[in-house]
Amino acid sequence: MLHGYGSTILDGAWLTLTLALTSMAVAIVLGLLGAAFRLSPIKWLALLGETYATVIRGIPDLVLILLIFYGGQDLVNRVAPLLGHDEYIDINPFVAGVFTMGFIFGAYLSETFRGAFMAIPKGQAEAGMAYGMSGPRVFFRILVPQMIRFAIPGFTNNWLVLTKATALISLVGLQDMMFKAKSAADATREPFTFYLAVAALYLVLTSVSLLALRFLEKRYSVGSKAAEL
Amino acid sequence: MMFDYNVILDSLPLYFGGVLVTLKILLIALAFGLALAVPLALMRVSRSPWVNAPAWLYTYVIRGTPMLVQLFLIYYGLAQFEAVRESVLWPYLSNATFCACLAFAINTSAYSAEILAGSLKATPPGEIEAARAMGMSRATLYRRILLPSALRRALPQYSNEVIMMLHTTSLASIVTLIDITGAARTVNAQYYLPFEAFLTAGAFYLMLTFILVRLFKYAERRWLAYLAPRRG
Repeated sequence: MLHGYGSTILDGAWLTLTLALTSMAVAIVLGLLGAAFRLSPIKWLALLGETYATVIRGIPDLVLILLIFYGGQDLVNRVAPLLGHDEYIDINPFVAGVFTMGFIFGAYLSETFRGAFMAIPKGQAEAGMAYGMSGPRVFFRILVPQMIRFAIPGFTNNWLVLTKATALISLVGLQDMMFKAKSAADATREPFTFYLAVAALYLVLTSVSLLALRFLEKRYSVGSKAAEL
Repeated sequence: MMFDYNVILDSLPLYFGGVLVTLKILLIALAFGLALAVPLALMRVSRSPWVNAPAWLYTYVIRGTPMLVQLFLIYYGLAQFEAVRESVLWPYLSNATFCACLAFAINTSAYSAEILAGSLKATPPGEIEAARAMGMSRATLYRRILLPSALRRALPQYSNEVIMMLHTTSLASIVTLIDITGAARTVNAQYYLPFEAFLTAGAFYLMLTFILVRLFKYAERRWLAYLAPRRG
């Protein structure tokens, strides 16, 4: 049915998954930094975090991808000669994709993390201090585990949006499953078949993610009460 | 590195044309999407699995797959079938604007239906009981009480969906349309100035996003005034 393209598309699916997971790792780091900046009492740090979140969330992913990918390539090749490097530098699409997606979704996650940190009752941190814990210890032992509980619904949403958005990276040449499907569609003139197959793979990916994250949510909600209706 | 203002100034008409195309696609997609979302949301709150399940499946599949795949399925995919190519719909289905609007409308209908269904389910029971006590039929109850109330309460979430949709319309540039992103791609292809071209596009989207946020703030103040905290 897939004219022997099945295995190439599965290879692409693996790349899609790797790209999504790696980008999410970058996004989590940037999201935590962004949230920390936005909650910081230092004015200019808060403003910096706020600007990052607002500007990135106000521009379409596709425009940012094209900007970072083509603009970044341009920038590197304008700067490199100044540093005495004369050959044309081709940026690896995977690395560029990871940083682009991580940068974009870091902004979305900073919003999720900020809300989650703010949802933790103040008394929790105060109680930690009263026990004589140091600042970082309060942060990692008291705040982070509770923050995760509040952040999971927003995180789930962001992960699903990110997974689907990775399809856009195929437009700048990364050979993910969307790219492979396009090549197969062009070669066989059966675009519907291949795009439908890829749609099904994305659906499997999102469904499995939903189940896994629901399990995680249950695990982190242990000990919290839900009102019975 | 210098920012080339002149090229951008010269191509501003192209960008303004792009803004019009973006807004046109956005409005068409939102109008048809919302019209489709209302019956879907009513199906989603039904207790009968025969009514509920098809709507659930529709929103689940649409929300679980990337917009790009949906757009490609409609624009490139449908041409695979001879029956489609020979049907009366072919002049429409081979048109990029039509396909983009269709794909975006289908996409937003699924998200809007879920938002609206959530809002319907959150209707205060007192409102429904009062309507029943007044002797309203089911149809009247939906028309007069449930839908107006749910549509209003869905406004804050729907504003997010509209902004997501504005950003989604940038995909129209992939199927050859010259919207804001399409304008930027044209400028980049002509002058090879990716920074200038895409930053300008970003600025346009940012402006449109702020305008939309403002408009929805006004709409909420007008239609959700009764939910605002009382002053003084």
